[in-house]
Amino acid sequence: MASVTLTVNGRKVTTEVENRTLLVQLLRENLGLTGTHVGCDTSQCGACVVHVDGVSVKACTLLAVQAEGRDILTIEGLAKGNELHPMQAAFREHHGLQCGFCTPGMVMSAVDLANQNKNPSEQEIREWLEGNLCRCTGYHNIVKAIKAGAEAMAGTSR
Amino acid sequence: MTGQGIGVAVRRKEDVRFLTGRGNYVDDINRPGQVHAVMLRSPHAHAEIGKIDVDDARQAPGVIAIFTGADVQVGGLPCGWVVKFKDGSPQHEPMHPVLAQGKVRHIGDPVAMVIAETHEQAKDAAERIVVDYKVLPAAAALEGAIRPGAAQLFDAVPNNIAFDWAIGDQAQTDAAFAKAAHVTKIDIVNNRLVTNAMEPRAAIAEFNRGTDEYTLYTTSQNPHAIRLLMGAFVLQLPEHKLRVISPDVGGGFGSKIFHYAEEALLTWASAQVNRPIKWTAERSESFTSDAQGRDHVTHAELALDKDGKFLALKVSTLANLGAYLSTFAPAVPTYLYATLLAGTYTTPAIYAEVKGVFTNTVPVDAYRGAGRPEACYVIERIVDKAARELKVDPAELRRRNFIAKDAYPYQTPVALAYDSGDYFTTLDMALKAADYAGFGKRRDEAAKRGKLRGIGLASYIEACGVAPSAVAGALGARAGLYEMAEVRVHPTGSITMFTGTHSHGQGHETTFAQLVSDRLGVPIENIDVVHGDTAKSAFGMGTYGSRSLPVGGSALVKALDKIVNKGKKIAAHLMEAAEADIEFKDGAFTVAGTDKQVPFGAVAFAAYVPHNYPIDEVEPGLDETAYYDPKNFTFPSGTHIAEVEIDRDTGDIRLVNLVGADDFGTIVNPMVVEGQVHGGFAQGVGQALLENAVYDQSGQLLTGSLMDYCLPRADNLPNFSVETHVTLCTHNPLGVKGCGEAGAIGSPAAVMNAVIDALAPLGVEDMTMPATSEKIWRAIHEQTQAKAA
Repeated sequence: MASVTLTVNGRKVTTEVENRTLLVQLLRENLGLTGTHVGCDTSQCGACVVHVDGVSVKACTLLAVQAEGRDILTIEGLAKGNELHPMQAAFREHHGLQCGFCTPGMVMSAVDLANQNKNPSEQEIREWLEGNLCRCTGYHNIVKAIKAGAEAMAGTSR
Repeated sequence: MTGQGIGVAVRRKEDVRFLTGRGNYVDDINRPGQVHAVMLRSPHAHAEIGKIDVDDARQAPGVIAIFTGADVQVGGLPCGWVVKFKDGSPQHEPMHPVLAQGKVRHIGDPVAMVIAETHEQAKDAAERIVVDYKVLPAAAALEGAIRPGAAQLFDAVPNNIAFDWAIGDQAQTDAAFAKAAHVTKIDIVNNRLVTNAMEPRAAIAEFNRGTDEYTLYTTSQNPHAIRLLMGAFVLQLPEHKLRVISPDVGGGFGSKIFHYAEEALLTWASAQVNRPIKWTAERSESFTSDAQGRDHVTHAELALDKDGKFLALKVSTLANLGAYLSTFAPAVPTYLYATLLAGTYTTPAIYAEVKGVFTNTVPVDAYRGAGRPEACYVIERIVDKAARELKVDPAELRRRNFIAKDAYPYQTPVALAYDSGDYFTTLDMALKAADYAGFGKRRDEAAKRGKLRGIGLASYIEACGVAPSAVAGALGARAGLYEMAEVRVHPTGSITMFTGTHSHGQGHETTFAQLVSDRLGVPIENIDVVHGDTAKSAFGMGTYGSRSLPVGGSALVKALDKIVNKGKKIAAHLMEAAEADIEFKDGAFTVAGTDKQVPFGAVAFAAYVPHNYPIDEVEPGLDETAYYDPKNFTFPSGTHIAEVEIDRDTGDIRLVNLVGADDFGTIVNPMVVEGQVHGGFAQGVGQALLENAVYDQSGQLLTGSLMDYCLPRADNLPNFSVETHVTLCTHNPLGVKGCGEAGAIGSPAAVMNAVIDALAPLGVEDMTMPATSEKIWRAIHEQTQAKAA
């Protein structure tokens, strides 16, 4: 067992993990942050995307001990109280989710894209989503939602 | 009016919790004292099991119990449908054990269950179990499995044939072929698919020693049916001691309809170890233990007269069932497939025979569309081929054979009676949206860039709103297929609505609330829709076959009728008027011809605080339940058109456009409907261009992970165009037909017809799904080399 100290959604936490524990397991099992999902065992699906020091990372690709001292943002930390983050609001407005299982990873990935690229084109969005699988929506409305969410984040929403 | 009723694109009530990480999926649930189960699964497709040595594994840290087939003496997993041989004898239905009994029959067949304090400990211990397998030759391929000398899965099932079934009039069909001016023949493979809902299956079972009650949390599309099947057939537990909860479920597409071994095993074992037990599938387990879809090999022949009118259709299909009969499996390639072979056409004579075949592969069952995409694929491929052979425009050939707008009700030669439809209008809408007329110009422009461009149509029909119980029963169903709705009006006028259908992405919490809001004038914020818990909803048959709105929605309308009728009695009393004079509109009861009114909320309050109340006529309370058994199936229909562009040198293929014009009857929430079609499109395109479950000769699954099995990604797909045209369903109160499966039904044939249209000028006239770049490149080069030689 190892002790890990990290910041999650703005709060510093210290917890005990096995050496083999993944970051996603630490979040779900040790901290009860079950918004981050596990959809595969080969790092393909992206349901577990969180931000590590402000950048999107699949939480199944990182050992918990590698997150020592890092700043983690999960889907639970995105909204401000009851006010949805602009990207969350855009997903709702444009019906960018159905069963909701891929949604946390999609939203976290989309926020990172919008942070890097204030006005992504449809093609850039589709290529960015290479690491996020959705089986429900056919991506059509996810792409629309991300475009609108990025515009809202940049303050250029018309 | 609330502005949230039928026809409004209301934003979904369920979204906020999903968007903020507050969804409640089975794997998110943890019970006090919970332990963890891991399944040890067969690495072989076909093997006899000798000794299973669990002694060493039992010594592993944290292990609580290990169970093998010898320990678990319970019933087999039941099949819900009986299909008959041509001679009337019933299908072969061999035992489907929850843990292997002496033999394994597919990769992933469960052999032992390990229960330990933690998931990791259970996994470590499972690796220490030693199973003595005697590997047998496998019957892995569909056509090979029925050949003489093939490996036999079950002693009592000769040639691995579970049933050899037929429908239609063979003599009439043969006679029509004898006088045909033209016969088009086609051989078709409908590739096997792995459903891959993004949430892997999971379950938690808990036993209460004080009350002898079991609670099973499971990722199911129909918790009541799981309770019935598991309780009555597998574990012999009475339903009042069994509660099944399916909370938020992360996609199903059919694969979560069925009763699976893990559900029964965990429930049984929870009493043995007296701790709650949790099991969550890893994705690789999903690939080898979730029922898979499609997998047909078909020969079809279409007879036409000199004017291109269809005279008759003959179809012979081998359907892969996998290693055991899954819950709905026999119905899918028979009653949900061959009954749809008339399609949207007036073909007067049809004969179809279907052999259901056991193979050493993962069981096959309903996957989005379930039989209907397979039927559409046969019809729409052969119609396109006929059009090419006869040099008739494919849209024109379809139009010539469509059932006329005024021909309803229309009885097909394969059992179904279509109640309404208008295939001409949806075809025209799709042609316009796809700019069919301008295609030639686009093809010429593409040719200048070295690209081959093709366009393809598919006009589909499906039978949804599953199902009239008496019809289903006559066809071999072992259950009824009605639906239940309860509307519980609370004293202050807010409402909880209970349904036996289940939402796993379809947005029922919003659309059902819209139906209530539309009728009672209550804002949807004050209406909660409850599903997925056998202790809350009285009964139900779950969600599949696009049945929730046509069947569940109809039950809801009936329950709302009862609420309004009772409300009128109460309102009549409160306003001192005759009941016959009471009208209900926009959330208020009024006395006709006067300005007297009481709002709905006041009537609800009076029902619960009956101080001034017609107590001799009506009981207190405002809570009504209704059951609805449909009179017929519903028949959504439409046309999908795909356009593809292929690189002549590399075979690289791009889907550049996909258009749908669909008739779903009344639309409750157009945003949700469009989303359903988009999702269906993605799965249809996946089948046509990307997805394929591949087994080798030994029955090993070569595409057993998301690294090998190609799910559609965002950059594989274009934006879609979706339009709707409404003809009302004539036999349910809302006029609705259902929309969940349509996208996956028409699109595979449309895409493949487009691929063949693009390649036909080079002489390539056939292509199997998925049409990958490699396959296309090979086909182009075979033709080029043949011409050079």
